[in-house]
Amino acid sequence: MLLTITTTHSPATDLGFLLHKNPDRVHEMDLSFGRAVMFYPEANENRTTFAMLLDIDPVALVRGKNKTSQGLFDQYVSDRPYVASSFLSVAIAKSLRNALGGTSKERQGLADTPIPLTARVLPVPVRGDEDLVARLFEPLGYDLVSEPIALDDKLSYLGESWDQSPYVALSLSGTVRLRDLLSHIYVLIPVLDKRKHYFVDRHELEKLIKKGESWLGAHPEKELIANRYLRFKRSWAREVLMRLAIEDIIEEEAAESQATQSETPDPVEPPKDAAEAELERPIRLHELRLDTVAQKLQELGARRVVDLGCGSGKLLKRLLAERMFKEVVGIDVSTASLENAARRLRLENLPEQQKGRIKLLQGALTYRDRRIEGFDAAALVEVIEHLDADRLAALERAVFEFAQPEHVIITTPNREYNAKFEGMEPGQLRHADHRFEWTRKEFARWAVPVAERFGYGVEISGIGEQDPTCGAPSQMAVFSRV
Amino acid sequence: MKITIPEFCLVALIGASGSGKSTFARRQFLPTEVVSSDYCRGVVSDDENNLDATEDAFRLVHFVAETRLKRRKLVAVDATNVRKEDRAKLVSLAKANHALAVAIVINPGEDVCQERNKTRPDRQFGAHVVRNQTRSLKRNVNRLDQEGFRYVFEFRSVEEIDAVEIERTRIWTDRRDERGPFDIIGDVHGCRDELLSLLEVLGYDVRLEGEGSERRVISRVPEGRRAVFVGDLVDRGPATPDVLRIVMHMVGEGQALCVPGNHDNKLLRYLNGRNVKINHGLEATVDQLDREPPAFKRKVKDFLTSLVSHAWLDGGRLAIAHAGIKEHMLGRASGAVREFCLYGETSGETDEFGLPIRYNWAAEYRGSTTIVYGHTPVPNAEWLNNTLCVDTGCVFGGKLTALRWPEMEIVSVPAIKTHAEPIRPLGHPPSRPGAELSAQARHDDLLDLVDVLGKRIVRTAEGRTIQVPEANAAAALEVMSRFAINPKWLIHLPPTMSPCETSTRPGFLEYPDEAFAYFEREGVDRVVVEEKHMGSRALAVVCRDADAARERFGVTSGATGALFTRTGRSFFSEAEMSDAMLGRIRSAMDAADFWDRFETGWALLDAELMPWSAKAQALLREQYASTGAAATAGLGEAVALLEQAGEAGLETGDHLSVFLQRKARADQYVEAYRRYCWPVTSLDDYKFAPFHLLATEGHVHMDRDHEWHMQQLELITAEGGPSLMTTDYRIVNLNSQEERLAACAWWLEQTARGGEGMVVKPLEFTVQGSRGLAQPAIKVRGPEYLRIIYGPEYDLEENLSRLRRRGLGLKRSLALREFALGQEALLRFVARQPLRRVHECVFAILAMECEPVDPRL
Repeated sequence: MLLTITTTHSPATDLGFLLHKNPDRVHEMDLSFGRAVMFYPEANENRTTFAMLLDIDPVALVRGKNKTSQGLFDQYVSDRPYVASSFLSVAIAKSLRNALGGTSKERQGLADTPIPLTARVLPVPVRGDEDLVARLFEPLGYDLVSEPIALDDKLSYLGESWDQSPYVALSLSGTVRLRDLLSHIYVLIPVLDKRKHYFVDRHELEKLIKKGESWLGAHPEKELIANRYLRFKRSWAREVLMRLAIEDIIEEEAAESQATQSETPDPVEPPKDAAEAELERPIRLHELRLDTVAQKLQELGARRVVDLGCGSGKLLKRLLAERMFKEVVGIDVSTASLENAARRLRLENLPEQQKGRIKLLQGALTYRDRRIEGFDAAALVEVIEHLDADRLAALERAVFEFAQPEHVIITTPNREYNAKFEGMEPGQLRHADHRFEWTRKEFARWAVPVAERFGYGVEISGIGEQDPTCGAPSQMAVFSRV
Repeated sequence: MKITIPEFCLVALIGASGSGKSTFARRQFLPTEVVSSDYCRGVVSDDENNLDATEDAFRLVHFVAETRLKRRKLVAVDATNVRKEDRAKLVSLAKANHALAVAIVINPGEDVCQERNKTRPDRQFGAHVVRNQTRSLKRNVNRLDQEGFRYVFEFRSVEEIDAVEIERTRIWTDRRDERGPFDIIGDVHGCRDELLSLLEVLGYDVRLEGEGSERRVISRVPEGRRAVFVGDLVDRGPATPDVLRIVMHMVGEGQALCVPGNHDNKLLRYLNGRNVKINHGLEATVDQLDREPPAFKRKVKDFLTSLVSHAWLDGGRLAIAHAGIKEHMLGRASGAVREFCLYGETSGETDEFGLPIRYNWAAEYRGSTTIVYGHTPVPNAEWLNNTLCVDTGCVFGGKLTALRWPEMEIVSVPAIKTHAEPIRPLGHPPSRPGAELSAQARHDDLLDLVDVLGKRIVRTAEGRTIQVPEANAAAALEVMSRFAINPKWLIHLPPTMSPCETSTRPGFLEYPDEAFAYFEREGVDRVVVEEKHMGSRALAVVCRDADAARERFGVTSGATGALFTRTGRSFFSEAEMSDAMLGRIRSAMDAADFWDRFETGWALLDAELMPWSAKAQALLREQYASTGAAATAGLGEAVALLEQAGEAGLETGDHLSVFLQRKARADQYVEAYRRYCWPVTSLDDYKFAPFHLLATEGHVHMDRDHEWHMQQLELITAEGGPSLMTTDYRIVNLNSQEERLAACAWWLEQTARGGEGMVVKPLEFTVQGSRGLAQPAIKVRGPEYLRIIYGPEYDLEENLSRLRRRGLGLKRSLALREFALGQEALLRFVARQPLRRVHECVFAILAMECEPVDPRL
């Protein structure tokens, strides 16, 4: 929305030469999304302030600029016309091009000299931890004031989440070259916002290298900055860091890049899944769970396996690696997950023979599905807890009465073990979409009668290290037809 | 010569090249009925005489023939068909599709064929070809019936061939022109007395007189009605001869129809002198028949011989078959059809009583023809997927049951005594989970993916077809299976609502005039205008008690209703809240004597539930309040900076006034969304404001006008205490300028107070307008409310002028399709159709509201 830059360098009015904007009048610049209005609220020898207001056209953001063009957003009610975001970066690049490039017709020497400057930007959307602003700007040598902006004090009765908006008013003070101040703002405001109003392509990578040349390489948060700036296109982020000649690419990154050996972007985990993964990370539970299930399927001698709720295909990948599995079918209700799975399995590039072994299908476990009938085994890894308890009856019939595989493997969290996770509130579940989590007893109380009703035997065991009181973090039931 | 063939059959034209088959076919059949091998050779190779293409050409011939048979269409195969193996393929195609095969041999003599071929330049394949064909034909022509052709006709001269006239007759099983009404009676098994009393209850006057060869039946039937017997008249019971006498007489008089049962068939085989085991009750029949005169036995034999596997009745809406029938067998004839109708299908396994385990064809049945059958004794006649078994084990001491059609009323008389002991107890196994539910409700516990996925076409009772693109269905599957409530409750979803055309009045985007003008154009005289509440759409299924919920919705959890949003999610995340709110609505309905007045155990109410902040808090916080906070903070500071510059002497032009205007609108915007929030500390703070009483038992109230709905609902809300709210409304005569102005004034006054606006509906619930159905409702929203739709600054004239250009076509077409689907869902539900039929419609509505996703990988 707005940016001000104040200097107390004497004479302060030289700021006008650095910005190539005469303090005596108002400047306007038309931009694709509206216009920038620039003027000096104060301009004297001791102290001069430059202000840039963005006058963003809220209707054009949705409707487009004319009848034929398309808008950028589909919602009229949006913070975009009012916040300091990538729109501000574009406005800086267009309206203050020389200053950003570090050239000044009249005062080149001053342009190359660090001078006392204060920038104020607001409202800045900050998505992330409270200390993110400090982590980004303090290493660059700024004194920082970040004032929170209230969300709506009249509605605070609605709950704690109403206390504070995601926006701050940001002031950066330091003795710094104007071009550096502008490029810091140019790069880091969209990084704080974590979104951009335009499609991020490879040009963006070049821009980042250019704007970050002098400072990004030494910034302790360089990975975060590169990742966010490039909208999580990690291989590009790696390239930026490489080209900025940074030797100490963290080992894990390097290892990962070798493991994936490809330019295709990594499937992005939905944020909620990521939270659960984070929680369970110290014990690498999910990996262990998948290994255990894959191992079990081998022991059972299954040849044709259906993975019900395959998600992004981690189990499928393990199964495809074993030749004994002749046919592997992944079912998920989310087409986004299936796309991720297809990418993970590189489905399009598989050789014909491999392709014949794997199929991905959209389906829902609360419906009878004739396509999953007659398999040797079905796996439901961390699936049942995503169903409302009163819909389990439908899943039971769909799987055990109609699909009728020889074996069914079901895993689900052991709720008792939640006590062992750090930072979990009592009663909290591991994933925002979990409708329930069962204790060992509750799981058995469900599994045993189900097995009996549909003519299966069942064995229940734990996955992960056994705790003497809480049991293992995850539990697994293996049903086999009798 | 006149010959008769079934109107549905496979006709194999047989004759040498040049015999005149194609000419014959052209004269006797529709061009689309004939599939010719020459033509198919041409289709696949551009050359009708290309022998290399023969194999591919016949693949096509067989494909076309089979496809037509599947669709129950006659097909005439125009090929030489002189070789036995060629004909065998056709016979097996016919059999597989339960069609009769007819052979028509065209044989004008070899000379004629040779002569004709000579004159055709494309048929210069040498005389030996036709000679061989003629010889081959001669060898087999007398044995065609043994090859499986039901009818064989041969014509041996040009004159004979030219004189043929083909008449087509209906297949015996196809009695669709019999319209009823019918009384369909279950397995009688020799229970004469029970049969007579059931007939009496049904209003028939049937008596038996005399003894021995003098014994006769006197019968009178109610005007226009006919009895239909599902078979198994004989065996086990005490008076099989009399039962046969009654049925034979009534059938002879045209008062009844009858299909054969497996017991009847076995008796026939016995009477034909075949070697059958005299058991399973046949011993009783044999014994009883031995006491009858021989002439009676002969009559029985003739009667049983005349029975055909099943009866397809009433324009195709109804079919009667003893053991049931699959959809693709209806109105067809084959050994397989007869087998199925007599015995059903078994899995090959036997149960603990040594009886064959029957394949439950009714659970898989999805046809639109109602099937009434017997064969398997059940304790009560129960609907399942549009099928009904009326064998209620009379001979085993159960009862004798009839279905009155089309009234759909089930009538029974109890057995006088247990005439025979069943091998398997009636109703076994007795207690499974969900056994307290109806067969349909048990079946409906699990819906089938094939009913929702892929490109769907929903056909409504009113003859509309509504398409659901595959990509929308794929998106809806995720929403439905992850977030929606149990589909048993989800019998309806409300349609989207279109706004009015935009107003040209300065400062207004919407104004009532345009809504009135719309309905006027649609030929509507009177509309109702209703206050548009500032809450969230909510549908409430309210049951009188848990029993009613179980009986009608098949829900065994003890729940007594459901409160859900327009996307099928539970309105409240906590079940206790939902129950408490439903409890309040129910008490109000109790107090209003609702249940008895409507003779119902349940009702579906369409309503608005307030406050909006209760449901949409995340949306309010993340989108609405955030935008407000950013706008007021940013614009506030911008104004301050411009003021500072002005004070310092800078000429800022109109920039200050522009930013002041924008700031003022941001403040108004914040005020606007705040009106939708109020603190909720107890149930009293929620307001449920119903405006449609959509359905109760047996009725979809979309045939009532909105005044009726409002009056009925007021009776409830008046009893409702603080949680129920009445919707303010008035009726406007569009011909009266005065009433229109008054309604506008009402709207202005309401929206000036910050009200959301109003909904304008034709007084009648559904109205046929100038081009099909008119919009069921149009919203006219207030200027302040529109701020939270179009953004804080929407009413700046430069913004308004652009926003006024908005297309309503898509929204309105969507609203109509969703409305039709919602109505259809309810019609199907009150008609007690299987849940999949209701779910299909509801799923389609949800799909229309979903952003399409790519279903393919």
